[in-house]
Amino acid sequence: MDKFTTLTAVAAPLPLANVDTDKIIPARFLKTIKRSGLGVHLFDTLRYDADGAERPDFVLNREPYRGAQILIAHENFGCGSSREHAPWALLDFGIRCVIAPDFADIFYNNCFKNGILPVRLPRDVCDALMGDAALGGNARLTVDLQRQVVVRPNGEEIGFEIDPFRRHSLLEGLDDIGQTLAHAASIDGYEAARAKARPWLPAIDAV
Amino acid sequence: MTTDAPRTLFDKVWDSHVVERLPDGTCILYIDRHLVHEVTSPQAFEGLRMAGRRVRRPDATVAVADHNVPTEARDRPIEEPESRLQVATLEENVHAFGVPYIPVRDVRQGIVHVIGPELGISLPGTTIVCGDSHTSTHGALGALAFGIGTSEVEHVLATQTLLQKPAKNMLVRVDGRLPAGTTAKDMVLAIIGRIGTAGGTGHVIEYAGEAVRALDMAGRLTVCNMSIEAGARAGMIAPDETTFAYLRGRPHAPQGQAFQEAVAWWRTLPSDPGAHYDRTVVLDAAEIAPMVTWGTSPEAVVPITGSVPDPEAAPDEAQRAQMRRMLDYMDLRPGQRMQDVAVDVVFIGSCTNSRIEDLRAAADVVRGRRVADGVRAMVVPGSGLVKQAAEQEGLDRIFREAGFEWREAGCSMCLGMNPDKLKPGQRCASTSNRNFEGRQGPGGRTHLLSPAMAAAAAVTGRLSDVREIAGREMA
Repeated sequence: MDKFTTLTAVAAPLPLANVDTDKIIPARFLKTIKRSGLGVHLFDTLRYDADGAERPDFVLNREPYRGAQILIAHENFGCGSSREHAPWALLDFGIRCVIAPDFADIFYNNCFKNGILPVRLPRDVCDALMGDAALGGNARLTVDLQRQVVVRPNGEEIGFEIDPFRRHSLLEGLDDIGQTLAHAASIDGYEAARAKARPWLPAIDAV
Repeated sequence: MTTDAPRTLFDKVWDSHVVERLPDGTCILYIDRHLVHEVTSPQAFEGLRMAGRRVRRPDATVAVADHNVPTEARDRPIEEPESRLQVATLEENVHAFGVPYIPVRDVRQGIVHVIGPELGISLPGTTIVCGDSHTSTHGALGALAFGIGTSEVEHVLATQTLLQKPAKNMLVRVDGRLPAGTTAKDMVLAIIGRIGTAGGTGHVIEYAGEAVRALDMAGRLTVCNMSIEAGARAGMIAPDETTFAYLRGRPHAPQGQAFQEAVAWWRTLPSDPGAHYDRTVVLDAAEIAPMVTWGTSPEAVVPITGSVPDPEAAPDEAQRAQMRRMLDYMDLRPGQRMQDVAVDVVFIGSCTNSRIEDLRAAADVVRGRRVADGVRAMVVPGSGLVKQAAEQEGLDRIFREAGFEWREAGCSMCLGMNPDKLKPGQRCASTSNRNFEGRQGPGGRTHLLSPAMAAAAAVTGRLSDVREIAGREMA
């Protein structure tokens, strides 16, 4: 997983609430057995018309937002399915940070596994940042995970909260599985204790 | 961890699965059951391969293909090449990693959230995960069950654990009794209408109260299934005699003396008196009517006797814009009566409502009637075993004679990953769980409702109040 430290980039405003994972990547594009290549289908129905032509009014079809690495949206971003194809599609397009008032739990979790930083900021702050983003290519935002601040084009710094464990993993680009396997002895111990405490729990030997 | 403070059902299941608490409060949580399907697992197995890792506990893992599988012509290979590759990839992976697998042509194949409980794989007091948000379903048995992404699927395959922080506790209590003609689906739609699609974010919801206790296991599974539509991490219902009776004798449940020992432990799970909930919501079951959604979010729901709301009455411009967008997509007008909305397609199926009890409820409405002219109606049983049971009861004949398509088990038109999709502009009365734009096919329009209400829509050709269908006996 790529580290996330500091990002200075164009931000795309997407002033919608309840952007669900079907909207981020419709189910018909989940038939892949790879993680890559989904960026072209990101926001498919918002981005393309029925004939597959780009909708010129959609933000990611306009300059400078074609190169956006930050996305700003409204409440409950990423609600719906657990599909990790949603953060994969964002990442494949180039988005490394999503800013919104709040996120659906599974999507929020999935972002961290892919080096994407989800930032929770109040609605009025998100609206102000969308105003900045609307100014175009010269109005870049900086997201500094080390210092936990978003820096507006006017230099104003806005702090954000993040779980320390997740922050550390993102800053270092750490693999969760590797971190957990460092506790393998605890897992062995738990399994032995569980076998005594709940011996009735059947193994699924075959189905 | 043992503590004297009163604990909730969630607290108890959580505490009994903490392997280790890390200094910052993150927990390594042990996972008892891991359900795997073809869509969210290929990249996880690939990750294991690249790191040279094995599946730690194949004996706690079960795989089945459900999202992509066609619901007809099971004797032929899957036509759609990408779907065929995804199922073939699952089959290669379960073989290579030694994971128990239910083949597509096995009678026990079905939607992962239907077969887990049905086979007794999902048990009270266990932790259950799957790369699918509707894993919340299994909480109906008193399990802590939640959906995870593919990276976490890989994490569980490799370690049999997850890194998690505890959720907050939320109590949703439904007092009294559901009126005739209303079901568990109406109950959960009413709950989502009340608290909203982000109402449960960060919480595990425990459903309680007389109306919840009175539900059979199928109804409880329906309620917990849609916890994710309320934004909750999971939904749970305390195990009781209904739960134990449901599980007794199921093939993967404990048997004989082991079952008695299990029940003794399961009886300790219900929340203690005085346990703390971060939030409590109370509904009166008597006020719940048959519900139907009008918009493209499950919270956009009204009683069938109601009308399409007026965006101009919403409190702020953002909400007005959102509602206008929904009405535009759904091709509905403010003030339009829900019962005047004609449908093109009726879909009875999905992990929400495809169990034998759901099919019986729909068949009760359909019996002796015909699907309205111009309506395509289909029943997709949740599993091969549900299909078999329905055929033994003659339900397939009732549906077929009425003009329904009677299909093989799978996720089907809930999300249109297989050939069962809406065409652009088609309007569907659906027993599934999501009415998002394009969910059932690009440009398709979805109205969520109960199986009985879906059956009523099929025979009348429009959204209808099942309570007014003549001759229907309301139990």
